[in-house]
Amino acid sequence: MNLLKTKRNKKAFYNLSVYLMIIFAYILVVVLKSQGMLSSLMEGLLVPLCTYSILAVSLNLVVGISGELSLGHAGFMCVGAFSSAIFTRYMKFLGMQGLYLFIIAILIGALTAGIIGLLIGIPVLRLKGDYLAIVTLAFGEIIKNIVNAIWLGFDTNGVHLSLRNAQALNLAKENNFIVVKGAQGITGTPHYSSFEAGIILLLIVVTIVINLVNSRTGRNIKALRDNRVAAESVGISSMKYKLIAFTIASSMAGVAGVLYAHNLTTLQALPNTFGYNVSINILVFVVLGGMGRIRGSIIAAVVLTLLPEMLRGLQDFRMLIYSIVLIVVMIFTSAPAIKQYMEVLKHKFPILNGLKISMMIRGKNKEGE
Amino acid sequence: MKENIMLSVKNLSIQFGGLHAVEDFNLDIKENELYGLIGPNGAGKTTIFNLLTGVYKPTTGSIVLNGVNRIDGKSTVEINKIGIARTFQNIRLFDKLNVHDNVKIALQNKYRYSTMSGILRLPRYHRYEALMDEEAMSLLEVFNLENEAAMKSANLPYGKQRKLEIARAIATNPKVLLLDEPAAGMNENETKELMNTIKLIRDKFNMTVLLIEHDMKLVKGICEELTVLNFGKVLAQGKTDEVLQNKEVIKAYLGE
Repeated sequence: MNLLKTKRNKKAFYNLSVYLMIIFAYILVVVLKSQGMLSSLMEGLLVPLCTYSILAVSLNLVVGISGELSLGHAGFMCVGAFSSAIFTRYMKFLGMQGLYLFIIAILIGALTAGIIGLLIGIPVLRLKGDYLAIVTLAFGEIIKNIVNAIWLGFDTNGVHLSLRNAQALNLAKENNFIVVKGAQGITGTPHYSSFEAGIILLLIVVTIVINLVNSRTGRNIKALRDNRVAAESVGISSMKYKLIAFTIASSMAGVAGVLYAHNLTTLQALPNTFGYNVSINILVFVVLGGMGRIRGSIIAAVVLTLLPEMLRGLQDFRMLIYSIVLIVVMIFTSAPAIKQYMEVLKHKFPILNGLKISMMIRGKNKEGE
Repeated sequence: MKENIMLSVKNLSIQFGGLHAVEDFNLDIKENELYGLIGPNGAGKTTIFNLLTGVYKPTTGSIVLNGVNRIDGKSTVEINKIGIARTFQNIRLFDKLNVHDNVKIALQNKYRYSTMSGILRLPRYHRYEALMDEEAMSLLEVFNLENEAAMKSANLPYGKQRKLEIARAIATNPKVLLLDEPAAGMNENETKELMNTIKLIRDKFNMTVLLIEHDMKLVKGICEELTVLNFGKVLAQGKTDEVLQNKEVIKAYLGE
């Protein structure tokens, strides 16, 4: 029983460290900003860093916790981005602006992406492993391409939707407004996103994932990952819990999309914004950060987003070095020999060991009693 | 007074392609009985377990639990909720989770709270988690696993993994417990201990137990009634001592 408590304390300590890390990063940025030590390049990267962190944490719920390989995560981000931007852009046209609209936009983005995630999840999650990966990849691309073809306008009669061109919308002559212009996307999106908003959203997403994982639902999801047959034999419906994980993750990807959309003035469904290479990038964050490791996902997302920017000076060699770093880190985190060496290090320097630290904290608590 | 029939199987058959894996299988298990299912390898014992738990759907036949609930054709999840839990021949634990969580997961149908109360940490979450912790721990104590509660289940020794699987099955509070070769891979002492545990479970939790086993000492020691299966068909059925005297059974399975 005591050992169980120690393990739980270790887990609680790990969870706490995730929050502390995010808050520390926030304070660091604020301090650097006030000292004028933040380049404009870095300042421009702050919101994307939060966006990718949210994406990595949410995909970790599917890949790490639920154990299903999904390659269409950018598609749900795309749904969140466009659904929310349609709302805020139209509100801007009507002359309404304000932070409360951003909050509504976040809810719209999360809800739409969640619904699309649920609808796609129902057929797709019947597949396993490689098949699931390929089908999610395809769905991600389908979403991006459909969004790319959408024309959406408003007039006094209501909403008009077409997948062809502006004429096909049949808008009234007066008082009309086209929000989404096919491949040109949405222009003039209000700039609501900020680093503060990004940090708050990241904290919310992290809280949701941590609380979910340590609840009945999360345990059922992990049970299905570890052994589906056994999980069903104790009454856990495989489809239901896989869908819950997939839908919540899609919805959080939608939130990342909202953040992304309101950081730019033009929103287009391009391959380099919502394409499959973005999905794979997010997967790289998750794998590199460690399956099921939330702190790792965030660190990997931040480091791998910053790295290419830091290497800009190297010009043509940039992506080459980026790839080499990826390979080296992968080897370092997975090679058994290196894992063993890390264990030895942990033994020599107990401070490296989370367990020991949490035990130290527990000892202090006891003294307090 | 007529004893209550807990599990009643009638004319159960399943075909895989041209193979009759189980043919015209009948079984009546009384409430609170310890029932054995034996037979040579490939006789169809595990197939019957899979039919009883909805992993396979029978080609013909009916399965009735407690006289009222027809369970053939229902899914594994539904059947577990109605009241059948099982263990597996090749152990299936939630490997990456600790021993305590393995049992806690099986309590999920008893202490239900929504995903939302989990995420928002509503009072229901705290109340039910505390209850689950307590009940899981007391179940582990029955199986002398309380000291391993924090261990990753994959790291448990083999005998304890088998025990944990039984504890997990019991946690779903079934009426009928199916044990698939519970003593496989255990030494003599462990088997003896297991026999006591199975008897204890039956008395303490008031369960009906059906078990597949090759260890004849265990079968003789605890099973009150027995069915012998050979090539998917029933060879003999009845009181354990009588069945084990049966000439055909000795010829087909026990060896002369």
